[in-house]
Amino acid sequence: MAIGTLLRTGVVLSALLVFVGGMVYVFRHPSIPINYRTFSGEPDNLRHIAGIVQASLSFHGRAIIQLGLLLLIATPVMRVAFSVFAFAMEKDWKYVVVTLIVLVLLLYSLTEGHL
Amino acid sequence: MVFVGSLLAGFLGSLTGLGGGVVIVPLLTLAFGVDIRYAIGASLVSVIATSSGAAAAYVREGFSNIRVGMFLEIATTFGAIGGAFLAVRLPTSIIAIIFGVVLLYSAYISLRTHQDSHLSEASGPLAKWLKMDGTYPTPEGLQHYHVQNVPMGFGLMYLAGVLSGLLGIGSGAVKVLAMDQAMRLPFKVSTTTSNFMIGVTAAASAGIYLNRGYVDPGLAMPVMLGVLLGSLAGARLLAGANVRVLRFVFAVVIAAVAIEMIFNGASRRL
Repeated sequence: MAIGTLLRTGVVLSALLVFVGGMVYVFRHPSIPINYRTFSGEPDNLRHIAGIVQASLSFHGRAIIQLGLLLLIATPVMRVAFSVFAFAMEKDWKYVVVTLIVLVLLLYSLTEGHL
Repeated sequence: MVFVGSLLAGFLGSLTGLGGGVVIVPLLTLAFGVDIRYAIGASLVSVIATSSGAAAAYVREGFSNIRVGMFLEIATTFGAIGGAFLAVRLPTSIIAIIFGVVLLYSAYISLRTHQDSHLSEASGPLAKWLKMDGTYPTPEGLQHYHVQNVPMGFGLMYLAGVLSGLLGIGSGAVKVLAMDQAMRLPFKVSTTTSNFMIGVTAAASAGIYLNRGYVDPGLAMPVMLGVLLGSLAGARLLAGANVRVLRFVFAVVIAAVAIEMIFNGASRRL
């Protein structure tokens, strides 16, 4: 089934991105003090899609990782989008609606109005 | 170090079927002192990774019921978004306590032996309208089954979604419970469909976490990679392992961890 390959490719690709980003990050900051005890939230440009892409293009390690993670989150979303088409081809309109609802919910979560 | 821990988590998770989420969050918060919000963000990411990777295989084998999964995903996605919003508002100590309680419940569940619920002879009205009945492959050929109690399944799935969004776990146990007990799906169909759904549910809440700045790349990176590799290794070993013993040990450990989380949450140290 094509869904399987889609999912696998998505995971592999995003893992690759995360790995590459990780290497860049570790390379540039050899000694990383792990301070995640205090929660201060991520910098703004690592939170939304536009910022992440932009920072990735300038080879910021953490941004590349974030891009990989974004891709990972997008993978199930794409799978749902794929299902919309699959159901449409089967002329199963009830489920086209069902999957569309899920897709909209997912897209809302990813963007929350910003982009 | 986090990487090694995640490896172990993924490994154990796939061996016992309990999933990495329930291990990752306590591991990060209790052992590494990570703020629970970062931990949940990282855990969610790893849940998506392992679920999507695993689901690929199950769909192919024809076990998952895609229609049931998709319809219920409306509930889980909705719940996950709700859970994520809740997580933003609740104080972290309360999240820790809830997590501990859910952990205890998971430990309890994993110790129960499963009895195959009686397959029903008829379909529920909503199930019929949504054409949810399906078949699954058995050695004797395709076995037909009916689906019931869709509204109850829907409600349970909403709860599963909220838990997933709030705690950063996959909620596979709740999903399987809903499908197996309430909706009368055959066990193998329930588990595979649940796997299929978990990735979507996690993605729903992960998006919100990302937007709120809860996902830290430096933390998510080793966690995601570690869990992925660990679960791959675990899946390889699954055939030869003595699962019952593992489950028991796991359940005991989980219970201990659960109590620790509740305690830390209650004393406001988390």
